[in-house]
Amino acid sequence: MVKLVYFAWVRERIGKGEEELELPAHVKTAGDLIAYLTTLGEEYENALQFPQAIRVAVNQEHVEHDEPLTGAGEIGLFPPMTGG
Amino acid sequence: MTCPAPTIRVQHQDFDLSTESRALTDGRADIGAVVSFVGLCRDEAGTLSALELEHYPGMAEAEIRRIGEQAIARFDLLGLTAIHRFGKIAPGEQIVLVIATAPHRQAAFDGANFMMDYLKTSAPFWKKEHRKDGTAGDWVSAKDADDHARDKWR
Repeated sequence: MVKLVYFAWVRERIGKGEEELELPAHVKTAGDLIAYLTTLGEEYENALQFPQAIRVAVNQEHVEHDEPLTGAGEIGLFPPMTGG
Repeated sequence: MTCPAPTIRVQHQDFDLSTESRALTDGRADIGAVVSFVGLCRDEAGTLSALELEHYPGMAEAEIRRIGEQAIARFDLLGLTAIHRFGKIAPGEQIVLVIATAPHRQAAFDGANFMMDYLKTSAPFWKKEHRKDGTAGDWVSAKDADDHARDKWR
């Protein structure tokens, strides 16, 4: 099981802030995860339809979409950041 | 020489620039320059009742700390403080503080500038607008100009 956490409009569109999921074996990278999640329902599709706008963090560190999810306990998905 | 550790805080409550600045400089004679930046909640159109800042608890602090450690090492800073607020913040209120200290001004200017450029594009915070008329506001969009500002340090 991996813990997924969502923020900002990704959280609003999916309709929850976090959940635990068993990921299929073919989900190896952050990009694979986004593609897999869009198959889980309309709300996921709506949140993640533009993958290039989605940022991913594994264990609270930024990763690129082609990076592996090896050792991931917590994965965050969120839009580009607008702090400061 | 060991690098100083940055002081990083992610909090809802307000901060005081002079208190934080003095905490970096009190009792020291080696600091020649203090550069500070304070970012405020801005309402250009006069329609905003507040910005709501959402953050990724844990990662927000960790990411600002990673950026701060890079800034200290790269510019040989003597000290660095970064405070970022979350929650509802009204126009005119303070959102973010960065203070960099160094022996000379250039390193302090560069350190604070680097810190803000990376903080804006890498620290996990998101701003949502709340409007005066009570209608639902939008999430603030990320700006390409912020990415370009960061990329000049690469």
